[in-house]
Amino acid sequence: MSIEVRHAWKRFGTFTALAGVNLSVPSGRLTALLGPSGSGKTTLLRIIAGLESPDATSDPDSGKVLFHGEDVSNVPAGRRGVGFVFQHYALFRHLTVFENIAFGLSVRPRRDRPTTRQIADRVNELLDLIQLSGLGGRYPDQLSGGQRQRVALARALAVQPRVLLLDEPFGALDARVRKDLRRWLRTLHERLHVTTVFVTHDQEEALELADEVVVMNQARVEQVGPPQEVYDRPASPFVIEFLGNVNRLERGRTAAKSVLYVRPHDIDIRREFAGEHAVPARVLHVFSAGNYGRVSLSRGDTGDTIEAEVPRQQLRELNLRDGDRVNLVFRHVRLFPAEGFREEDLPSEPSASRDAGSGI
Amino acid sequence: MRTPHPELSPNLRTRRRRVLPGFGLTLGTTLLFLSLIVLLPLSAAFIRTAGLSWEEFWGHVSSPRVVASYRLTFGAALAAAAANAFFGVIVAWVLVRYEFPGRKIVDALVDLPFALPTAVAGIALTALYAPTGWIGGLLEPLGIKVAYTPLGIWVALTFIGLPFVVRTVQPVLEELEPELEEAAATLGATRTQTLRRVVLPALLPATCTGFTLALARGIGEYGSVVFISGNMPLRTEITPLLIVTKLEQYDYAGATALAVVMLVVSFALLFGVQLLQRWFFSPERHGR
Repeated sequence: MSIEVRHAWKRFGTFTALAGVNLSVPSGRLTALLGPSGSGKTTLLRIIAGLESPDATSDPDSGKVLFHGEDVSNVPAGRRGVGFVFQHYALFRHLTVFENIAFGLSVRPRRDRPTTRQIADRVNELLDLIQLSGLGGRYPDQLSGGQRQRVALARALAVQPRVLLLDEPFGALDARVRKDLRRWLRTLHERLHVTTVFVTHDQEEALELADEVVVMNQARVEQVGPPQEVYDRPASPFVIEFLGNVNRLERGRTAAKSVLYVRPHDIDIRREFAGEHAVPARVLHVFSAGNYGRVSLSRGDTGDTIEAEVPRQQLRELNLRDGDRVNLVFRHVRLFPAEGFREEDLPSEPSASRDAGSGI
Repeated sequence: MRTPHPELSPNLRTRRRRVLPGFGLTLGTTLLFLSLIVLLPLSAAFIRTAGLSWEEFWGHVSSPRVVASYRLTFGAALAAAAANAFFGVIVAWVLVRYEFPGRKIVDALVDLPFALPTAVAGIALTALYAPTGWIGGLLEPLGIKVAYTPLGIWVALTFIGLPFVVRTVQPVLEELEPELEEAAATLGATRTQTLRRVVLPALLPATCTGFTLALARGIGEYGSVVFISGNMPLRTEITPLLIVTKLEQYDYAGATALAVVMLVVSFALLFGVQLLQRWFFSPERHGR
């Protein structure tokens, strides 16, 4: 079931949550709406669910929501066939886990309602799926956060939704549980293949979990694409800064002001002179965990802090000490000058260097 | 003789360290306060009745006039508390869920029965509901009499008990996350189903508490009722009034005998409601 949102606007008082957003979610995929808080991602999700209605504009096509090409803009939330999972679970506290999951089936009109037996079978099946069989008689208050979130998911799945929508599904959980649940959701999606959209502000979560990432910022979509592509080819300074660690360096000498970005793992640290485009720096701090070592450096001319990541082996060979003077070579930089985006791969050997790095 | 290891001595093991000091102090204060304000005056009533023989006591508390007053007092209080439970939830709902001009004024109005001297309420209600009053005059041709009937007592007790349910339900309703209703809506529940199966069950414990408070207030109410009831023996005479009447006739023993009955029945009633509530809302209700 593909989802399409056309040119949606939404204002809350003077705050603009969505400024003409277009969205297209392919069928059967796991899509992440990624952005900082206030970027409009939750509002967009709620519009898809029918919990929020987009503002009316002069354009009659504006704010339309289509499921598989069918216009559902005027269909109430309950009949859109969506399963919605809330950040804080929104479980019914006076009902047991079993009753919570059965809720969607038991409120159906009598002629569409499955028999008590069928409902019980379906609920038990879902309890198995969320690995909570045997806990159907518990109340939500007697469960841990991760268990509650899985119950909320089972409750949403019980009605066999065409589309599954999750609002910051792991936001209220601690890091460990979040990681487990993330992996579990991925496997679940492989099994069910329900078109799923989830909202998150955690870039790691989006990149690790989603088939496709929609990066949002200030009520607009900044970039759409598979995680690898969004990470490797960020379309704007916002995206590169939001996804992963990056060093932001101002290019001082040129008249046209431009900004240069370097990922920590694209920096080479040299002890010897490394060509005139290399940047002299001083080591502030070295820490290595796992395969990579992190080095904090202070730029010789401006004093800006630069983070670099080098393989552990290389770090050992370099034998860096705090206060050492070194030269930095940027292997891959991204420039966002006034006229547009430019990406450059720099040769690592000083002799073959081009001038792209000079004046940094 | 070996001395037990200090850590294993039962005295040390059972005593748990609390983060906040002062359990002894606060419990002591609570007991002293309750004794002085509640327990001592009440036990005085029991001691007073102890002077009566069992036959005398039974004679005082089981005369037809007295039994009729019990029925009226508890019946009217129950009916009034029930009415307040129903309308109180609606008032709380309106105050919490909707923004409208004058909402603050309505909100303040709810507390008025708390502040008003009950006699003033009684006189005002009597003036309104008497056959010559504004409302009484309208109801008279329909054959409905309010003032000087049990119905009037019910009106007075409803007035007195109104704030209890509203004020207990209001904060719970404010805390109720809108996500619960949204979740029910996305699962296909209609507005009525959401209300019946999600919202009302969440409000039920608070409503019960409010009901109990209104009931307790209604049973003990005197000031407003004496004006509107007309105080006709066997018909519109409430037990608190009978107690006052006996006191005025210097029949202290008879008055305290009635007081003891009211005390015991009220306590049993309130305790029963609380037990019921505890059983009904306990997570173990489904026998696990």
